[in-house]
Amino acid sequence: MLPQIAFFTLSIIVLTSAVMVITRRNAVHSVIWLIVTLFSVGGVFLTLHAQFLFAVQVILYVGGIMVLFLFVVMLVNLDVSLKQAQFSRQWHVALATAIVLMAELGYGVYQGHQAFPLAQASGIAPSMQNTEAVALALYQDYMLPVEIASILLLVAMVGAVIMAQRKFE
Amino acid sequence: MIPTHYYLFLGSALFTIGVVGVLTRRNVIVILMSIELILNAVNINLVAFSHYLRSIDGQIFAIFVITDAAAEAAVGLGLIIALFRNKETVNADEIDLLKW
Repeated sequence: MLPQIAFFTLSIIVLTSAVMVITRRNAVHSVIWLIVTLFSVGGVFLTLHAQFLFAVQVILYVGGIMVLFLFVVMLVNLDVSLKQAQFSRQWHVALATAIVLMAELGYGVYQGHQAFPLAQASGIAPSMQNTEAVALALYQDYMLPVEIASILLLVAMVGAVIMAQRKFE
Repeated sequence: MIPTHYYLFLGSALFTIGVVGVLTRRNVIVILMSIELILNAVNINLVAFSHYLRSIDGQIFAIFVITDAAAEAAVGLGLIIALFRNKETVNADEIDLLKW
């Protein structure tokens, strides 16, 4: 019973705060609501026994990426944009398309839901903790992808610095 | 226990909210945040399937998705700062230099 209560509470928090993210007028409020969303997505990871991912979510997303977002929102904070229209002209079409997309996704999952029985108790390797299993997989089977990801991060860092720097002529 | 397709419904709902944000908002920063919502929906699906298939691979993929999200946020926010310096706007539909 307790897992169900936790899951449904977290789902409601995730979805309402996600709606708040895309409807707020002030970008700072959007960032704060996005932090709530990311925290509750981390909670959803916990209900799936993915403790390491929960830690990564909180440290990297909430601690790192969101602070970056807040910095940029405050750097480019425009009082003008608060008084302008917040939604683009084609928002009716966009909303209709998204509703169709939601219906398709929901129909697809509903049609296939018998293929997924109950999520079993995490049985990856009962002798192994989640973090240990992740570490073993990352540094043994996924050695090369980890290296590629590190190069990607380096490239992104250099690119961000080059793009954000002031040009001196 | 919670059936796996509940997580898939949650993931698709979050994905749709992200798509609505990308398509309807004018503020570029909010569009980037909606992309983060979409990536989180993908992560929910990956972790749910990882749990259902009793395999750790889905969680590893989620870690790579988070890495990508960090790289994308850094580059995207750098672009927004460069854009704001040149055009003094954060509205996506006012950035139409390549349109005629």
